[in-house]
Amino acid sequence: MSTISLKSVRKSFGKTEVIHGIDVEVADGEFIVIVGPSGCGKSTVLRMVAGLETVTGGDIAIDGNRVNDLEPMERNIAMVFQNYALYPHMSVFDNMAYGLKIAGMPKAEIAERVQTAAKMLQLEEYLTRKPRQLSGGQRQRVAMGRAIVREPSAFLFDEPLSNLDAKLRVQMRLEIKQLQRSLGTTSLYVTHDQVEAMTLADRLIVMNAGVAEQIDTPMHVYEHPASIFVAGFIGSPSMNFLPAKIDTGRSTLSLESGANVSAEGLVLAAQSGREIIIGIRPEHLELASPDRADLTLHIAAVETLGADTLVHGSIAGAGVDGTKNASFAARLPGNARIAEGETLPLRIADGALHLFDRQSEKRIAEI
Amino acid sequence: MSGMVEKRGRGYWLTHAGLIGGVLVIFFPIYLAFVASTVSQPEIVRPPMPLIPGGHFFENYREALVSGINAPVARMLFNSTVMALGIALGKIVISILSAFAIVYFRFPFRQTFFWLIFLTLMLPVEVRIVPTYEVAANFGLLNSYPGLILPLIASATATFLFRQFFLTVPDELAEAARVDGAGPMRFFIDILLPMSRTNIAALFVILFIYGWNQYLWPLLITTDPQMNTIVMGIKQMFPSGDDIANWPVIMATAILAMLPPVAVVIFMQKLFIKGLIETEK
Repeated sequence: MSTISLKSVRKSFGKTEVIHGIDVEVADGEFIVIVGPSGCGKSTVLRMVAGLETVTGGDIAIDGNRVNDLEPMERNIAMVFQNYALYPHMSVFDNMAYGLKIAGMPKAEIAERVQTAAKMLQLEEYLTRKPRQLSGGQRQRVAMGRAIVREPSAFLFDEPLSNLDAKLRVQMRLEIKQLQRSLGTTSLYVTHDQVEAMTLADRLIVMNAGVAEQIDTPMHVYEHPASIFVAGFIGSPSMNFLPAKIDTGRSTLSLESGANVSAEGLVLAAQSGREIIIGIRPEHLELASPDRADLTLHIAAVETLGADTLVHGSIAGAGVDGTKNASFAARLPGNARIAEGETLPLRIADGALHLFDRQSEKRIAEI
Repeated sequence: MSGMVEKRGRGYWLTHAGLIGGVLVIFFPIYLAFVASTVSQPEIVRPPMPLIPGGHFFENYREALVSGINAPVARMLFNSTVMALGIALGKIVISILSAFAIVYFRFPFRQTFFWLIFLTLMLPVEVRIVPTYEVAANFGLLNSYPGLILPLIASATATFLFRQFFLTVPDELAEAARVDGAGPMRFFIDILLPMSRTNIAALFVILFIYGWNQYLWPLLITTDPQMNTIVMGIKQMFPSGDDIANWPVIMATAILAMLPPVAVVIFMQKLFIKGLIETEK
């Protein structure tokens, strides 16, 4: 039973503020993933919760107790580090038992807890080995075991899978998820990998430049990104953006290219002339006959993935980043036969438009 | 493959011949000293010098160990051992602790302290020997083991070595220990110390020999023959004026003085080499 609460938590290194006030309430047993590009401050937030960094402003509470000034151990959390941070001279057993030994737990109980954790993680036969005799995945498991035996209020994961190869990463991702479900321990997980974020999280915190841009369930973040940053960061290939203008007279959005996109289904009140950016996910584009097409894509590259075909190219008319032709991607079914150099008429799926304000870059709620 | 065969040819034998020649050149004087320690005084002074060991081995060595010339060599060996061990262990303890402080703690003037320690590297014992003697004498350390050991016990080199090693230990390890609830000293003893094992062994070998071979400092600080160390003691055995030097006993002492450092190197060779080349992380 444990909750974590962050109240306008700030962090400065010297005079530079890197975390500009984060608020989040983590419910008991919830799996929260903090995701963002490198340097956005996600690890700093985690380290503040762990007690490895001091908190400059605001409060962090675990189980309702303010922990700002407590040592990591007193916070009753366990942390899994990116490079595992196993003690190289200790056996797997000792690595897992070290925290309990320091806490002064009786030897029999330590052995029992380590055995249970080892069984859960399939590490039983490796207990006498040294970390350097283990593979990356096994080391990662030992690091998890070290966290589990403590029976902490919360697990803190700092990019635990980034040192593993792709296949192992997928496997460990599933294991972490199952483990967290069965133990029901509140977890904070930091990653820059959006697939990890989407698959693991009960709720996502999408961070950018020291600010939590959006805190919500993965699907809600995907379907209703709160800003252009979130929209572009979550989803792969990332969302396409085009500058546009609202034209309520014709209930369309006119693109810079001169083309118009039907805005049917969107109630746009009296906002005619408002400058916006429209976002379209690559998977919400479909092949259409030229007369029914919303957009024409000039194909530059085709990636056939088997199940899907990714088409990259450009659309006439300025892009949001000031380029002459907006770069654009579409995800089409794997059976679509498309050649590079062609043009491709595309239709936007119904209800798949995302609208953002051009100045604030925030989402425009469907008014 | 052809390259390897070629290497096994003339070059191979030449390198070995060169090495063996070098060893012989270095070993010959030592052999002469050994021969001299096994013959009698008249045999040594009568040219030509004997080149084959004589029959007085036990006699000469017993005389050296038990009575010596100024003091029994056994006593001097003991003094040297205490001094060398004291210096080696003391230097390791002090330097590993100061390196720990410099790397893992943030305190005011940390960098200043580091540079102060580092600067002392440039001052050998001989440069500061007069003031050091004054201080040691005022503390009443003449003719005592602390007097032999303490002034030589700080080591900038060892501090620097440990600092460099600690800097290569990942920060996450210290953080993991903190999360596990280990305080700074606990982390030092449980994690840092075992990880430095090979470095400590390598340093011990170097420092033991450094301590054993001290000559000038023991010469100044000890006046009582009972406190002489063996390296300076050999020199003290040379008679002043027209007395006749007891060469067989002096040579026996020289051979005895060599043995402990050789033993340390031989027994710690494996760890020593490991400490110099291996990083276990």
